[in-house]
Amino acid sequence: MGMPAQFHVLAVDDSLIDRKLIERLLKTSSYQVTAVDSGSKALEFLGLNDDNGDEDRDSSADADEQVGVNLIITDYCMPGMTGYDLLRRIKQSSSFKDIPVVIMSSENIPSRINRCLEDGAQDFFLKPVQLSDVNKLRPHLIKTHSNINKRKGMEDDIHSPVPDRTRPRYNELEVV
Amino acid sequence: MEVGQMQRRLVDYTKTLFMEGFLDAQFLQLQQLQDESNPDFVVEVVSLFFDDSEKLLNDLSMALDQPNVDFKKVDAHVHQLKGSSSSIGAQRVKNACIAFRNFCEEQNIDATLRCLQQVKHEYYLVKNKLETLLRLEQQIVAAGGSIPTIEMGF
Repeated sequence: MGMPAQFHVLAVDDSLIDRKLIERLLKTSSYQVTAVDSGSKALEFLGLNDDNGDEDRDSSADADEQVGVNLIITDYCMPGMTGYDLLRRIKQSSSFKDIPVVIMSSENIPSRINRCLEDGAQDFFLKPVQLSDVNKLRPHLIKTHSNINKRKGMEDDIHSPVPDRTRPRYNELEVV
Repeated sequence: MEVGQMQRRLVDYTKTLFMEGFLDAQFLQLQQLQDESNPDFVVEVVSLFFDDSEKLLNDLSMALDQPNVDFKKVDAHVHQLKGSSSSIGAQRVKNACIAFRNFCEEQNIDATLRCLQQVKHEYYLVKNKLETLLRLEQQIVAAGGSIPTIEMGF
């Protein structure tokens, strides 16, 4: 299978304002977005059972293809399941462990950031998330997609680059 | 008033808000995300912020009014308000929340009550400013003009 027409991002954040923001940021960059308000809803969307480590789906099925999620971006501080807990669950799942997970947080705590990165997070964004942060996602997605397909023994044909949607509407800003 | 004048007035007003610290660059980011296919994005996000904040301020008043104040709960509310104010660029509200959280950590009742008053004050100020700004934008659009993009080269 070649490059998907659009990458699908699953965004997780308990704040409605931040969900709206991340959704707009991602859509502006031509991603398809599903936004949920909790880690457990995220797992539910993926078809992962919340309580245990086993998946509902047949693990030999292309679970990530079925649900079609190419990246998960999650807030760190959430009631119940934190973004870190969600990261761990994803990385423990045989079907989903290769999906890149990006963590967002309003707090710049190096130990927190390092722990997330060490435990498999692809990247860590400080809130408020910027368009420039979202622009950093594409290489992760292209590389991961290519790796997943290689392992499945499929042809790697990411020769046609996904066109970037440019936004010429605004001028370069120089914040003094 | 013709469109050009209205646009200039809006730009000047917006610049003042930045200079006085009411808004920061994040607000510009919001405006950049608005386009023909999402013409009401800023209004929608700002409205969410108003609803969210007013609820949080109520919750905070109630939480601080208890005989035994649960500072963890108070801190959680302030954390949320700090997050949303930061997300829309309401800088002074955000800064008031940061101070608030420090006093929550100290479990200082008098100081946290003062902080609540401060946050409320900043919130109502920025609410007023944002409503004025959005009204100016609305007038421009109604007159057939487009909302000018702000350059912060000052």
